Amino acid sequence: MRTLFEFIIFPGFLFTAIAGMVFSWIDRKVTARVQWRQGPPFFQPVYDFIKLLGKETIVPSSANSVIFLLSPLLAIASTTLASVILWKAIINPQSLFVGDLLVVIYLLAVTPLAVILGASASGNPIASLAASREMKLYSAYELPFIFSILVSVIKLNTIKLGEIILSQQSSGIIFNSFSGVIAFVVFLLTIQAKLGLVPFDMAEAETEIAGGVFIEYSGVPLAIHKLNRIMLLFIIPVFASVLFFGGKFWSIIVVLVLIILIRNTNPRVRIDQAIKFFWRTCLIFSIFAVVLATIGY
Amino acid sequence: MSAPIKIKALTKSIWVFHAACSPCNNCDIELLDALTPRYDLERFGIQLVGSVRHADALLVTGAVNKKVVDRIKRLYEQAPKPCVVVAVGNCACSEIMFRDSYNTCGPLDKIIPVNAYIPGCPPKPEAMITGIVKLIKALKGEK
Ligand code: SF4
Repeated sequence: MRTLFEFIIFPGFLFTAIAGMVFSWIDRKVTARVQWRQGPPFFQPVYDFIKLLGKETIVPSSANSVIFLLSPLLAIASTTLASVILWKAIINPQSLFVGDLLVVIYLLAVTPLAVILGASASGNPIASLAASREMKLYSAYELPFIFSILVSVIKLNTIKLGEIILSQQSSGIIFNSFSGVIAFVVFLLTIQAKLGLVPFDMAEAETEIAGGVFIEYSGVPLAIHKLNRIMLLFIIPVFASVLFFGGKFWSIIVVLVLIILIRNTNPRVRIDQAIKFFWRTCLIFSIFAVVLATIGY
Repeated sequence: MSAPIKIKALTKSIWVFHAACSPCNNCDIELLDALTPRYDLERFGIQLVGSVRHADALLVTGAVNKKVVDRIKRLYEQAPKPCVVVAVGNCACSEIMFRDSYNTCGPLDKIIPVNAYIPGCPPKPEAMITGIVKLIKALKGEK
């Protein structure tokens, strides 16, 4: 019963969805202010979500309907679970098991996989093009992402989220060290791709491939996919703050603001440029950070 | 879900899809103008989407000719309902000087049901916003 409550209401689905909607509103509002305009009202993400729930759901005749409809559910279930684990670690650092960090990494990897599955199951040629882009992007950013997490693991000598938080509270945050700064910068760039935000949003580029991976989605499945993106926008800054700042509240906001600023000051890059960027620059820097962390800087 | 909530949410968040059915492109330029930061349609929840499956409103410009008449019919069928159609520009409303031409297929409302007409050649962005606001009012009043 308690597990169910935790999964559905706090700190699971409902809490993450509401907090994510607030974050997504902040994102859109700041974007609007950067472009010198008024921006959407506070409840805009809620209106969007409710409207999508009320629309007709179309499954294209060329689609594999089971996988097509299952993919948003898979994505949102794993995102919710990742959120539950993260928040339980923040609220009560002693409560979880050893290795929950690895579970969170795996759960965050489910979303791109589900998106790829759903796009390839839709039977649309543009969606398959977008799925291939998402796949390439995923294989490019995942390694620097894991290496930058590795810095915290090496420096604190634990793979338990609770201990990562506790030892940062007692002995200073990771971000204060040289390797921590480099790892944080790499992490920030890779989560931009993980969230599908502007410099690396070529998988759903509206202007070239018309919504990309979501092109055939409509109605309720689209609403769930969008909600999943919104929830990720909330829990990935939380994850960053746990890893590099010991779960302090202000750092969540700082990470969010940095994400929004990167998104607003960069154009979309091509897929080959993105892969080069992640495999060369980011990977080299993250390996450098890992080496620095091993020798104690 | 009950109809009033549906309509309320729809009027608060209209995602528009831009369907150019052989216009002279002036209407499209003005349409894109209306979506720029200067007019800031996002404050009404209006967003441009790339796929017709996400659309709540089809903005159709131009005099529909024989090449695109099948496409616009198909686009209308592909859009998830409830979906409104707005005829932007005199061409889509009434075909002005292209009426009785050898390859036009009649104004838009003979092909698909149209909910709102925005006349002008091309209509100014302000005129489009007025049209959309009127459409929102009509949607709220109907139901
Ligand atoms: S209404 Fe005028 S501006 Fe618009 S497409 Fe027709 S001719 Fe061009």
